[in-house]
Amino acid sequence: MKFRVIIGICGILAIVFIISCQDEQSIDFKRYYGEGSQVYQTHCQNCHGSKGEGLASLIPPLTHVADLKKGKTSLPCIVQFGLQGKITVAGKQFEGNMPPSDLTPIEVAQVVIYVSNSFGNQHGFMSEDEVDKALGSCR
Amino acid sequence: MRSLNKVIIALLLFAACKSNNKKTLPIYGSRQAVTKTVNGQQVTDTVYQTIPDFTFVNQYGDSTGTKNLKKDIYVADFFFTSCPSICPVMQRNMLNVYTAFKDTADVKILSFTIDPRHDTVPVLKKYADKLGVTGNSWWFLLGDKDKVYDMAAKNFLVAVSQDSTAAGGYIHQGYFVLVDKQKRVRGAYDGTDMKQVNQLIDDIKTLKAEPATN
Repeated sequence: MKFRVIIGICGILAIVFIISCQDEQSIDFKRYYGEGSQVYQTHCQNCHGSKGEGLASLIPPLTHVADLKKGKTSLPCIVQFGLQGKITVAGKQFEGNMPPSDLTPIEVAQVVIYVSNSFGNQHGFMSEDEVDKALGSCR
Repeated sequence: MRSLNKVIIALLLFAACKSNNKKTLPIYGSRQAVTKTVNGQQVTDTVYQTIPDFTFVNQYGDSTGTKNLKKDIYVADFFFTSCPSICPVMQRNMLNVYTAFKDTADVKILSFTIDPRHDTVPVLKKYADKLGVTGNSWWFLLGDKDKVYDMAAKNFLVAVSQDSTAAGGYIHQGYFVLVDKQKRVRGAYDGTDMKQVNQLIDDIKTLKAEPATN
């Protein structure tokens, strides 16, 4: 009987832990996403549009960020360092010059989370550490 | 009582029609009263400020300007192809104006580059192609820099300047300026504001319906 009670209590504790951990991440996600939307409006929206639609064949849309590879052309790297030359997005080729940004790593993380979970993208959470790591392998 | 209602409704309808039909656009710029003698009689007329004659080169490399715009209403804006700040918003909104009037013979769009050193004819052509602009209803114009800046400030009443500290190297206002067939400025709209651009589209229709006097 005592044994069962202990197992029961442990089980309940485990569930509480899991829920609270998940909550922390989803709270982080919401916080990053909200802040990221502000960063997007200030730094990205003029060119890429309020719906991430881009501009004709001049500026690529942000609706297919899954296409972006690792390394130099990963989303955090493009946000931080800009992009020169050609890129193919959704089967369409774009050529031009995106200027580098003066965003802080936390702002890069926020806007990356916003973009990669908006405009039809669903990539979930990426922590500031992960963004830092991606930024370290840009060049 | 019922007949009274009818009268009120009729009055309201009449008032609604009247206010819709009466809309005319203001005429901007300085004006002068000029007195001249016509058929032996003194006649005083108002002379409005007009856009001076210009001849520039468009994205097709054709020399063009006011001599080709005598029968046209046009919308003017100032931009440069490498502009990182407000231009994409302006051109996104201007595309709506283009789409609304591209098949209308007497409505044109003129985008003057303020960076003539970089924006050569091939650069402008490539830009137009990428925007999806074809035909002759939207010209991207390359002209003498001093003349363009002077016209922007004095005639189109838009501030433009070169500034190495600004993003892209230039500062300019995002106004769309509406010019009538008599070369007079009839409206200025914030090209970064979709609501004002929709107003511009409405005003072009109003201006088209204006009887051709003067």
